[in-house]
Amino acid sequence: MLTITDLHANIDGKEILKGLSLTVKPGEVAAIMGPNGSGKSTLSYVVAGRDGYEVTEGSIVLNGEDILAMDAHERAAKGIFLAFQYPLEIPGVTTMTFLKAAMNAQRKQRGEEELTTPDFIKRVRAAADKLGVSQEMLRRALNVGFSGGEKKRMEVLQMVLLEPKIAILDETDSGLDIDALRIVAEGVNALRSPDRSFLVITHYQRLLDYIVPDSVHVLSAGRIVKSGDKELAHELEKNGYRDYVADAA
Amino acid sequence: MNPRPPAIRTKAETALADSFAHASASLPGGDAVRGLRTRAFDVFHERGLPNRRVEAWHYTDLRNFMREAYPIASGASVAPASGLRVIIHDGVCTLPSCALPVGLKLTAMRDALAGASDDLIHALFPDQGADDAMVAFNAAMARDGVLIEVAPGAQIDATIELSFTSSGDAPHGDISRSLVLVGEGARASIVESHAAPVKVQRNSALIFSIKAEASLSHVFETCADSPELHVSTLIAEVGQDASFSSLAFVSAGEVLRRQAFVRGSGERAKIALRGVSLLKGKQHADTTLVVEHAVPHGESRELFKTILDGEASGVFQGKVVVKPHAQKTDGGMKSQAILLSDDASMYNKPELEIFADDVVCGHGATVGQLDEDQIFYLMARGIPRVQAEGMIIEGFAREVLEFVEDETIRERLGAELSGWLARRAS
Repeated sequence: MLTITDLHANIDGKEILKGLSLTVKPGEVAAIMGPNGSGKSTLSYVVAGRDGYEVTEGSIVLNGEDILAMDAHERAAKGIFLAFQYPLEIPGVTTMTFLKAAMNAQRKQRGEEELTTPDFIKRVRAAADKLGVSQEMLRRALNVGFSGGEKKRMEVLQMVLLEPKIAILDETDSGLDIDALRIVAEGVNALRSPDRSFLVITHYQRLLDYIVPDSVHVLSAGRIVKSGDKELAHELEKNGYRDYVADAA
Repeated sequence: MNPRPPAIRTKAETALADSFAHASASLPGGDAVRGLRTRAFDVFHERGLPNRRVEAWHYTDLRNFMREAYPIASGASVAPASGLRVIIHDGVCTLPSCALPVGLKLTAMRDALAGASDDLIHALFPDQGADDAMVAFNAAMARDGVLIEVAPGAQIDATIELSFTSSGDAPHGDISRSLVLVGEGARASIVESHAAPVKVQRNSALIFSIKAEASLSHVFETCADSPELHVSTLIAEVGQDASFSSLAFVSAGEVLRRQAFVRGSGERAKIALRGVSLLKGKQHADTTLVVEHAVPHGESRELFKTILDGEASGVFQGKVVVKPHAQKTDGGMKSQAILLSDDASMYNKPELEIFADDVVCGHGATVGQLDEDQIFYLMARGIPRVQAEGMIIEGFAREVLEFVEDETIRERLGAELSGWLARRAS
């Protein structure tokens, strides 16, 4: 599904990723854990294609295709979805307008027919009902005035509607109370399937109680320094990142 | 008054002074009006064209923009419009031919001025803005315009259109002064549009007197072929429990100065001034507001959004004045600008002058570029950059257009906004 090989990436001349390699298989839920400043968010931005990051070495291959030369919107159409740690507010653009623009922009790039309005509305309604997203929220400007929990639910709603091949969850648990976390995790779990992968980036093990990973990788100083199964997350919770920070240094 | 004031010195100023000398004897109005015109001309003569040394005009140096004053059109009536539309063509009024709604009276200003009452004269030549050289020149020279009277209690559902047009022969100037009197408890809406097929220097003034418990909404919009230079003055006096809202949609014209002098003169008067300006090329648009709260419990809201591309320049100067007795005034002013190019510029100058101690007044002014975080967010959902930028700009401007009550006008302005963005993207 996703193969990252020896990835080096800079921002403003500072190297953040220093030879990161990682493979995520179809259907796999891979967790990336690491201390603050280890490069977790950079990894998610570089995979999603944010401008401003310079990849100096290495490759990112999605289903056999090197995506490094693609813009963010092209990568999205290829099936990469980034659930933001802090979803942005877009004043004056209603959530419905945004959802339709996003879904149709991806379809257009893939050479598919644009959705008809009734078909679009039907899909949004069905997904929104499951996630407890109200019609009123859909009519409001995207994320404007939404609570932290509402914003994260909106991210999951987008994920459901855009049907990505690989979803990157960037610290999705930050700022969520237990109830909101449960709703978001249930939304994610409902999307798990043999041909969809997840990269769950988190600082704490808590989220992984709800979204149980197949593999856990420790990111430190820009590289994967340890890989294991879900037990590794528990071990980190108990012992902290100290051993791995020392390793990397 | 000094008969040979030193301020008149440019070619354009001399031409404008000469045009008054030629026209003054033939301008409509009795002795009282004639006296007001002469005094107004003296104000202009003393000050000359506004320039950067005049604080209110610091960013719009008219002496520089108006190197040459085009001859002022003598004008003639045109064929009347079929709908509820008043045409001001080359500064001359043509009333619509249709039957008017009950409670609405329209009169060409040239006719109203002949035998005008003291009250009408007083309303047409208010003290607000009278010190401004361009308002003064307008008062001195305006030959025509329209008098719109809404009877007390009348509810005019249809929007009254004021269509400013020009003949297409040669570069010229046109001047008009119109007055809208809204009686107690009445309600009306007006949309003002400005076209000009050739190079036109326009000086238009629209004066509102809104009596107690009345309500008036006003929309100003430019047309694809707008005047080369336009000084548009809006003066309003808002009575007790009355409300006045004005919204400007600016997307054309080369140099546009919109100035509004609005006074809440009755308690609980509500004032709302808003605008969207879409500027590109070398366009220059200036919005200068003076909002005055003279009595207690007044409310005012100003929201202006400016989007600038190319080498365009924008100005927002908003002054809110709260007089000593105007306690419990509630004022909020916001001007936000987005610069789409490195060569565009925006001057934002909010001012509060508060002489009462128990008021809530705030202002905010921002100038920035498009937010790269927002763009990335949309791109990460599959939306290409240009479309993402367009959505963000459109959303930014739509926050103002949402305030247009008339759905037809709101949709038309929305379509113009989309069209402007589509042309930018192509």
